[in-house]
Amino acid sequence: MTEHHSTSAHITPYRTLATVLVVLLGLTFVTIEITSFDLKAWNVTIALLVACLKGYLVLSYFMHLKYENLLTKILVGMVIVLFALIIIITYIDYLFR
Amino acid sequence: MEHQAKAHLLEHRDDEAAKLGMWLFIFTEILLFGGLFLVYAVYRAMYHTQFHEASLELNVVFGAVNTIVLLVSSMAVAMALTALQENKVKLSRQLIWLTVLCALIFMVNKYFEWGAKFEHDIYPGSELLRKLEHGHILYYGLYFAMTGLHALHVTVGMIILIVVERRIKAGKVHAEKFVFLENAALYWHLVDLIWIFLFPLLYLIT
Amino acid sequence: MRAEVQDFYRGTYLENTGRYKGIWAWLTSTDHKRIGLMYLYAISAFFIVGVIIGLLMRIELIAPGKTIVEPQAYNGLFTVHGIIMIFMVVIPGLSATFGNFSLPIMIGARDVAFPRLNLFSFYLFLFGSFLAILSQFMRHGPPDTGWTFYAPYSTSTGTNVIMATTAAFILGFSSILTGLNFIVTVHRLRAPGMTFFRMPLFPWAIYATAWIQLLATPVVGITLLMIIAERLFHIGFFDPALGGDPVLYQHLFWIYSHPAVYIMILPAMGVITEIIPTFCQRKVYGYKAIALSSVAIAAVGYLVWGHHMYTSGMSGKSLWLFSFLTFVVAVPSAIKVFNWLATMYKGSIDMKPPFLFALFFIFLFTIGGLTGLVLGALATNVHVHDTSFVVAHFHYIIFGGMGFAAFAAVHYWFPKMYGRMYNIKQATIASIIMFIGFNLLYFPQFIIGIEGMPRRYYDYFPQFQPAQIVSTIGGFVLAAGLVLMFYNLIRSARKGEKAPANPWNGTTLEWQIPSPPPLENFEEIPHIEGKPYNFK
Repeated sequence: MTEHHSTSAHITPYRTLATVLVVLLGLTFVTIEITSFDLKAWNVTIALLVACLKGYLVLSYFMHLKYENLLTKILVGMVIVLFALIIIITYIDYLFR
Repeated sequence: MEHQAKAHLLEHRDDEAAKLGMWLFIFTEILLFGGLFLVYAVYRAMYHTQFHEASLELNVVFGAVNTIVLLVSSMAVAMALTALQENKVKLSRQLIWLTVLCALIFMVNKYFEWGAKFEHDIYPGSELLRKLEHGHILYYGLYFAMTGLHALHVTVGMIILIVVERRIKAGKVHAEKFVFLENAALYWHLVDLIWIFLFPLLYLIT
Repeated sequence: MRAEVQDFYRGTYLENTGRYKGIWAWLTSTDHKRIGLMYLYAISAFFIVGVIIGLLMRIELIAPGKTIVEPQAYNGLFTVHGIIMIFMVVIPGLSATFGNFSLPIMIGARDVAFPRLNLFSFYLFLFGSFLAILSQFMRHGPPDTGWTFYAPYSTSTGTNVIMATTAAFILGFSSILTGLNFIVTVHRLRAPGMTFFRMPLFPWAIYATAWIQLLATPVVGITLLMIIAERLFHIGFFDPALGGDPVLYQHLFWIYSHPAVYIMILPAMGVITEIIPTFCQRKVYGYKAIALSSVAIAAVGYLVWGHHMYTSGMSGKSLWLFSFLTFVVAVPSAIKVFNWLATMYKGSIDMKPPFLFALFFIFLFTIGGLTGLVLGALATNVHVHDTSFVVAHFHYIIFGGMGFAAFAAVHYWFPKMYGRMYNIKQATIASIIMFIGFNLLYFPQFIIGIEGMPRRYYDYFPQFQPAQIVSTIGGFVLAAGLVLMFYNLIRSARKGEKAPANPWNGTTLEWQIPSPPPLENFEEIPHIEGKPYNFK
């Protein structure tokens, strides 16, 4: 039970955060523009992929996950996999009825 | 003796534990919203065309503005943490107020959006809704449930951020002890993260 | 008398040294040991209420047709029996009681990671329980949906569903916060030198359980909110008239409620894994297998929920996927059973009450587990779905399994908690009476279930009556055993013989500190050198 000071923790520079914001805004713009093309089933796939990319950036930089310890990263991955499995398994019911 | 013992136990400070605890709480929120996303996924697959038709009622501009506002607010609170870690207390507090302002704009937008829906007699259980197609009814049900639950979290997040700002002012949260701000910021980013998925799924259905 | 008691408690966690006296010293305490005990007392009280309701149901079922209650009242009885037993007894169960009391000591910690959050979890538990009980008495009558709240009936029935589902939501939140607390505790507060693979197996079990509490409960949380939204706003998610699918409710409900059964059983298995080595004076056979099988059960357990829904109309692919995964998840449980038996082989067996309860556990859990395979296989499931076969199966697992493990845990850690010993003979007799009563109560239900006796039915064909009579008698025999057990324990907590620090010659950390423990558990946090279960 050691006292834990966070003084040696990584500090994210303002520049990095601003850059990430610009990228996120760009991706938002992309998401909106893609809807003007009719790509059938690909529309929702691309929308979700872009959202995942935005999510990845928010997690890694805004939420500092990139600089956290390995345990935290593994746990986040685990939760995402669990959530994905639940959706996939439920879909197996609805898609094949 | 219990006083001493209790004081000793409370003295035991573990910032890593506090942060791990916050990440665990975030996992529960992901699963909570996840249930609604699952319902959405099932019904969108079932009623694809009707979901598209119903989503045309939503104003993409409102949605896009709200997305931008939340993204900016996320950057703001992340910068607030950087500022505090660099002992720039005043800047940190200002950035938190900026985050809160963004949250307020989001809520005001939401108020107008929902207001417009209510004016058109669109709300769960309304006369109009009952006459629509099944896919439309479910779409609007999900719209209100998901944005409603999200708005509740935005409100809670705003309150938490204001509490943190007051504590920074009082000197209880500072450059050597900032895990409270870190955790508040994590919560706020979660709110942003959820909206990142809600926006395309509700507003941009083709 | 009071002065003697004060003397006895001096220097231990049972001494009131703070600002408050009496019951307030407990209700405001953030000490994990007191919180664990408070959960134990509350849960025991709710258990007794649940048993009484169960006995009322058994009296009703002793003859076809009306015996003591009207049909509507019977629906209310089995609903509240389920709500109390599931949400207020077995889910908090061994985690909230002994997870709290024993886990920190066993890993060499002074308390859990967030003691105030721990107390808050307890308050939520009390508040949720209060609402659940209140829902029995409010204006629109006790809920009659079964504890599973299936739509569309739960969204249309006039009874107090909103209050009951709100209660379940709050109880769920309590469970989530406890899980969160225990995960951080295990990660951050293990004593120096205690790596994960030097941790005893009860902490491993609590750790795996905590993950399920954390990740599965939110799903039922949102589902209950959807039921409430349906009742208040007609949102339509599960209403076919508005395009919704009632089967989707079942998916969402069981996505939590199946993992929930692992919340119930994993800590129980953890307790058994502590008791068997101690009373055989041999180290556990296959430590790593048992540790990892807990994690495997937790992980695979998230993916099998559909086996509660085989007859609901799911797709064929779904059916066989769920059945396959259900058979997979049985394997780690079986591994544990074999390892327990191997631990006993050539051990120096001491047939004290904890060990006797543990043996009963293995027997009853095995029957429950094997009948689970009958239910897990698609073809046989169709025949026994919604019959009393299912009722017998889950009572063997939950009551015969987790319940007997809970009794074992109480008899194991009792001397540590109170510094006193109970009457061994009374405990032994009580356990045997309970074992006999239990089998009389539930075994006949397997038989008539296969013969066609439905569950949750108030009336039945006359050919089922002989079995129903045996079952009811069994219920009262079991109750008699419970009364003797409770009498023994309650009496001994106050007046039992003083017990030594390590009456069972256990090797885990809780037996190396005084009975009852001091407030902060350890004079000095130990440094761990080697693996656990180091019997000489």
